[in-house]
Amino acid sequence: MGKTFAKPEALSDQITHYCPGCTHGVIHRLVAEVIDELDIRGRTVGVAPVGCAVLMYNYFTFDFLESAHGRAPAQATGMKRVRPDLVVFTYQGDGDLASIGMSEIVHAANRGEKITTIFVNNAVYGMTGGQMAPTTMPNQRTTTSPFGRNVDEVGMPIKVSELLASLQTTAYIARQTVILPKHITRAKKAIKKAFQYQIDGRCFSFVEIVSTCPTNWGLTPVEAVKWAEEKMLPYYPLGEIKTPQ
Amino acid sequence: MGKVLMKGNEAIGEAAIRAGCLNYFAYPITPQSEVAEYLSRRLPEVGGVFLQGESEVAVSYMILGAAATGERVFTTSSSPGISLMSEGISYIAGMQIPAVFVNIMRGGPGLGGILPSQADYLQATKGIGHGDCRLLVMAPASVQEAAEMTMRAFPLAEKYLNPVMILGDGLIGQMMEPVEFPDDLKTEPSKKDEWATNGMDTRGSNRRNLIRSLYLDPEVLNQHNLELKAKYDRMQQEEIRYEAYNTDSDYEVLIVSYGTMSRVCRTAVDQLQEQGMAVGMLRPQTVYPFPEEAVGNAAAKKSCLAVASIEMSMGQMLEDVQRSVKGRQPVHWFGKCGGEVPTPEEVIEFVRSLTK
Repeated sequence: MGKTFAKPEALSDQITHYCPGCTHGVIHRLVAEVIDELDIRGRTVGVAPVGCAVLMYNYFTFDFLESAHGRAPAQATGMKRVRPDLVVFTYQGDGDLASIGMSEIVHAANRGEKITTIFVNNAVYGMTGGQMAPTTMPNQRTTTSPFGRNVDEVGMPIKVSELLASLQTTAYIARQTVILPKHITRAKKAIKKAFQYQIDGRCFSFVEIVSTCPTNWGLTPVEAVKWAEEKMLPYYPLGEIKTPQ
Repeated sequence: MGKVLMKGNEAIGEAAIRAGCLNYFAYPITPQSEVAEYLSRRLPEVGGVFLQGESEVAVSYMILGAAATGERVFTTSSSPGISLMSEGISYIAGMQIPAVFVNIMRGGPGLGGILPSQADYLQATKGIGHGDCRLLVMAPASVQEAAEMTMRAFPLAEKYLNPVMILGDGLIGQMMEPVEFPDDLKTEPSKKDEWATNGMDTRGSNRRNLIRSLYLDPEVLNQHNLELKAKYDRMQQEEIRYEAYNTDSDYEVLIVSYGTMSRVCRTAVDQLQEQGMAVGMLRPQTVYPFPEEAVGNAAAKKSCLAVASIEMSMGQMLEDVQRSVKGRQPVHWFGKCGGEVPTPEEVIEFVRSLTK
């Protein structure tokens, strides 16, 4: 009997540095599976963000470029413009993309750069220790909002996917999650579509993944899944938000 | 191709193309926007890439991304824009990838003004970005030299896997002069497959490349910084360029000046000579690495009574001149920094005052 389940070629053998219950590992695997299935490993370059996933290049077996905080879409733009034959993707967290990197992502999307962005939204800054992000939920306690996010002072969480979808330029924009097994297939489908649109030279593609951060949320992995389901999913609804016409 | 009359900014754009660089990302800022205007029309003609970024911050990272593929790339900006790019420049230096930055300096600090200045000397030569990073910095004194330095910048950036900067003042960008682009300065990009993130298929390799500036292990980071230092030390050995003027015979005063300011000083030196006063001049063409030994030796000449650093800043190069002279002579400063270039008469009056 042949192998029915194997580690994707795009993934390397490494001991994870991510915390128990963190969703980065699942998302990494989905990206790797998609890259294998599309047979693009040899022409793919990943752009790693600043945040917990800065070391993501340790888990993949193709070219990687590190980024400065928030600047990955600009770096990907530079790469893709001078080497349109490459498949270029950024992988960014919500502090990175929705705060310091808002300008770069909006303009890359609006120019219709033929790149793919995987946006991991866990409502908090992970690597720096759980500070408030632009995506932090109302009343959510973080190390810099110890009494809960006060929306009168700092506004409502930013729905990045909807914001990008409001641009008039053609794009593929979807929001999925990986918190439960039933979500994972849909998330992978969205990631695969996103890469396919890039390969076809169609448009900018963007997949937001609603994620958990048990460590910085102060919850167990199981509680974190429940919290994301109850607090985040109603505010960050899943599905395709924009598809190319 | 013979000589053509061109504005400095346009000549810099054309020089990059002639050197073999077909990729340019930029954000408009006076007094260098003509580079972007020129290249937005010219690059499509030669199958190149032109993109106007949303900010200088973004542009510096577009440069980083493009450079990481091993393709030649450059940008141009002016003082406040370079401040914004300095973050990206530090990353590019830390990642050890080649790129070319042109700073056509205007007056500062803050918005300052839009007229010529040399007030980014310290930023360019000593403090371009966070961390122990240095650029190789060349300072042109004519449109011809701006073109040639731009052409030389690309192979130098590749030789050192480090950003190279052309540091010109607003006049270099704005004035028109005859210029030609020497064919022998056209070069091919050097070997890049060892480091470029250009896709494994491009290299026909199974080994992936990784470009980064993060080294969490303190010993490894220290080693990384020692490697960078070795490159900067090598620049000191191999890249110093300067021009000596009127230094063969005895002189009473030694002027150190660069860029547009040095051309005014040259006129002053000639006029002083006619008036019977011998003055020598040393013009750094690289300001990092600085021609420390040449300035020191020129100042050590027995006839020399004083040294003057004459610049369009409030005495920024002065620190390098003092360091080079090592206290053997008094070192004086003269300059202006509002956008006006001191006149030959003002320079003459100042130089005369030094021997009274």
